[in-house]
This record gives sequence, structure tokens and C-alpha cells, in this order.
Amino acid sequence: MSELSPFVILIAAIFTNNILLANFLGMCSFLAVSKQIETAAGLGAAVIFVMTATTAINYGIYHHVLVPFGLTYLSFIVFIAVIAAFVQFVEMFVERFSLGLYHALGIFLPLITVNCAILGVSLFMIIREYTFWQSIAFGFGGGIGWTLAIVLIAGLRQKMRYSDVPVPFRGVAIAMIITGVMAMAFMGFAGMVRIQ
Amino acid sequence: MVFLLPILVFGGLLVGLTIALTVAERVLINYGVCKLDINAGDREFEVDGGQTLLSALNEVKVFIPSACGGRGSCGHCKVTVLAGGGPVLPTETPFLTRVQVRQGVRLACQVKIREDIRIKVPEEILNVKMFSANVSRTQALTHDIVEVNFRLNEPAEIEQRPGQYVQLQAPSPEGPVYRAYSISSPSYEMNDVELIVRLVPGGIGSTYCHNLSVDDPVIFTGPYGEFRLNEDPEVEIICVGGGCGMAPMKNIIYTVYDRWPDRKLWLFFGARTTQDVFYLDEFKELAGKHPNFKVIYALSDPLGEDEEWDGETGFIHLSVDKHIDKNGENRQAFLCGPPPMIEAVMKVLDDKGLKGKDIFYDEF
Repeated sequence: MSELSPFVILIAAIFTNNILLANFLGMCSFLAVSKQIETAAGLGAAVIFVMTATTAINYGIYHHVLVPFGLTYLSFIVFIAVIAAFVQFVEMFVERFSLGLYHALGIFLPLITVNCAILGVSLFMIIREYTFWQSIAFGFGGGIGWTLAIVLIAGLRQKMRYSDVPVPFRGVAIAMIITGVMAMAFMGFAGMVRIQ
Repeated sequence: MVFLLPILVFGGLLVGLTIALTVAERVLINYGVCKLDINAGDREFEVDGGQTLLSALNEVKVFIPSACGGRGSCGHCKVTVLAGGGPVLPTETPFLTRVQVRQGVRLACQVKIREDIRIKVPEEILNVKMFSANVSRTQALTHDIVEVNFRLNEPAEIEQRPGQYVQLQAPSPEGPVYRAYSISSPSYEMNDVELIVRLVPGGIGSTYCHNLSVDDPVIFTGPYGEFRLNEDPEVEIICVGGGCGMAPMKNIIYTVYDRWPDRKLWLFFGARTTQDVFYLDEFKELAGKHPNFKVIYALSDPLGEDEEWDGETGFIHLSVDKHIDKNGENRQAFLCGPPPMIEAVMKVLDDKGLKGKDIFYDEF
């Protein structure tokens, strides 16, 4: 069990171990919804919420149901079921209270279900043997980190609409390249704290 | 026990999640009762929120044409939403032009009712009813075309114009679907509806029609369609059909000669072989009574060795080209058939001087 304080894990999850730029998880919705800052921020907010909440739920289920019964081998399928159900719930919630965001996110809201970053965070929580509050901090920080990355890339992509990108690189190709450049920039944070 | 435990734990978890979601759905997706206003106060209804506009309209007996049953794949259920429909969804954009998007045209099956909503539909749609009927007669016209007659039960009478169509309900593994068929019985026959259906291999609607037998109950909605026959008896009518595209023409011909016995009307009909020809004797008989009715059938395939044919040969647009003189005034044309035929005939009629507004077509 790691001794780090939840606050350190939160900061580390945002900068040094950014789930998107260090682990390259959650790439599909990242590439698809990073064309506009507003939509990117909306999806990011949904991811923060889903990531934090599913990490908490999955922590409870893992340590209070799966471990006592010796069923830890079920963790993948259980986590996925919890995430899928929770995303359905979020979809209903957003549809009811923020119709504009619901329409802006469109198909990508239900697709958070298959966003591997969400499952990744729950699995890292198990592998790194976090305590409850460490897990919450890691989930919340992971969500913020993912949001930070997608909003930064969306800003760059919005700017790039006016730049002279060579034809073969237009679209997803240049987005992959700038993601790589940004990942290298984030490596500058890497020496500060280690959480893995 | 070692096998039962994981099943129990996982099953219990799924049941718990399902219950939580069902409760959430009850509480969250509850839009209450919303007002549905059609044509600026012409009709007002109160409908349950949360359902699609199409199902709400069906509930209040306003039948919007829809062939796919609300899956957003046919694009028939277009209505104009003036207020309260939300933004256009990606599922709708393939069916809408930019002008339509600006006017607020939407697919009723994709619009979800979440608040009070104001829509505009053509006045005619409000006259559409749902009919229940029984099959009174079926008759094979060719090896793959059948004529089906329905005797109406409820309502017992239909008011239709030539060129209009009905949507017949056909059963399918995924629930009832609707298929559009032109009405071939003349408009003065108020108690009956007749359809002409060609069997499409694997087709849901046509297979259903071909398997109907006398007394089977059927359900359809209608009549739909914008076509209006020119009421001026001086205006000449040109009908061009191909394949099984006969139903609207038959309606036009009998309706015209019921009202204007001397009106000038051309019927061009293209078929492949002598086996695909139908109604020729009936129309020749009618032409005997009405000298201004000209019937021209053409076969596109070469004749067999022992076959006789006194009509024309070649594609039907060539026959149109041969018989129609160049004059764009006082003419109205109705085309019905496969797209390449429609395209070829449109070009010929354009050369003859007909204006676009006087040419109507049913493509399939």
C-alpha cells in the first residue's frame, strides 16, 4: 500500500501521470471530440464525474464484495457493468438538466462507456493498492488530467484550422502528432512525484 | 458452491444496477404532459413527454407517413417544427437539405417531446385516417404482379384523389412496418381500395401482399400524396409507366373517363416481354368507348419465336418521343416506374416543352 497523501496523488494524476498523455488511454473519444473547446470541456466534465464516481463505486464493490468472496477474477466484468450502468445514469441526468450539453455531446456521451481511461483508472486503483481516499483522489485527478489534455488539444486544433497544415497530415494525423508533442512536454513534470 | 457464488454475486449486482437505473428513469425522464400544437392552434393536444413526436402524433390519430416504423431510415416522416424540438440530430441530417433545416423541417421519429411543441403539417395529412378492411378479391395479373382488393370496414368510405397512396401495415419480425402503395381503384369507388403489387424477392410488404387471401383483415393509413389532377378538361394527360408502375395510372384513367368522357389522355406502358403485359384488353375496350384515349404498350425485350405482338417495341421513352408532338401548353404528365425510366422520360418530355411543374412522378 502506498503511503502518498491523496493530495499528492491528485496532483500526480493531473500532471506527472496524466492518464491520456502518459498512459495514452481514452484516445478514441479524445480524437473525435477535440475539435471545439466547448464540447471538449463538456465531455471532460462528464468524464471527471463518471471517473470519480465509478472509482468510488468500484472500490466499494471490489473491497467489500469481490475480495471477501474471493472473486477478484470477476473484477473486469464487474467494473465494466458498473461503468456501463453509471454512464446510462449520467446520460439521463444530462438529458434532463442540460439539454444543450446533451445535444453537443451526442453519441459521445454513451460512448464514455467504452472510454478505456475510465476502466483504466479502476484497474490502476487495484494494482497500486490505493486506499479509499487515495482512489477518489486518483479518479478525480485522472478525470481532470484527461479534461486538461482534451481542452488543450481542442484549443490547438481550433487554432490549427487557420494554419497551413500539409495535406496528408490534416485531421486526425496532425492531432496524433500534437498529442505526442504534448505528451513529451508533460514528461517534463515526470521527475516531480512518482505514483507508480 | 464454487460455481454458484460468482453467478450469484454478478447476477445480484446486475439486478441491483437494473433496479437503480429503472428508478432513475422513472424519476429523471419524466417530462410530464406537454402541449402539442398543430398548425398554429388548428388542433391542440396534450401528450405524454418523453416519447417521440411520431408516436405522439400516432396516438392523437394524426398519421404521418413512415415506412421504416420510426428507425430513422426512410426519411418519410418530415414535419416542420416551429418551436420546442431541440437541435437537428445527426441521424436526421442525411435526409434534410439546407433549406429544409432552415425552415425547421425535422424527422418526426427522431424528435423527442421534452417541452411544449408547435408543429406545422400539410392540411392533407390531417385528413389521413387509419382504415381497417378485409381482402375481397386477389387476382394474379402476371407471374409476379398481383391485384389486391380491400373492402373497407371502419371507416367505410375513403376520399382519395388519383395519384395518392396508402401505407399498408405488414407484419415483420421486428413489429409492424408500413409500406407505401398507390391506390389503383378509381376515386369514385368510395368503399374499396385496390392495390397493384409486384413481388420483390425478400420484400416484407410485397411478400405479405402476395400471401393475402380473401377475407384476411388488413390495416392501412391514407390517403397520402400531393398530386392533383388538372381539373381543366382541355388539359391533355400523359401517363407513362413501366414495370409494375400502373396503379396510379389506372386510377387516373378511370377517374378521368368517369368525369370527362372526351378528355384527351395518353397511356404509355413499357414492359419487358408479353408475359409482363397486363390490363391491355381492359384499356383497349375503354379506348373503344372513348376515342381520345390512346393506349400504347411497348416491349423492350425481343419477341420469342412463337409470340405475336401488334404493339410497339423498344424502350418506352422512345414511344413517347414518337407520338407526342412538341407543345408545352395544356399538358400534364404523370410518370411511374424505375428511376432510369423516369429519367429518360423526363428528358423526352422536357424536349417536348413540358414544364417541370406539370410533370409528376413516382419512383421506385
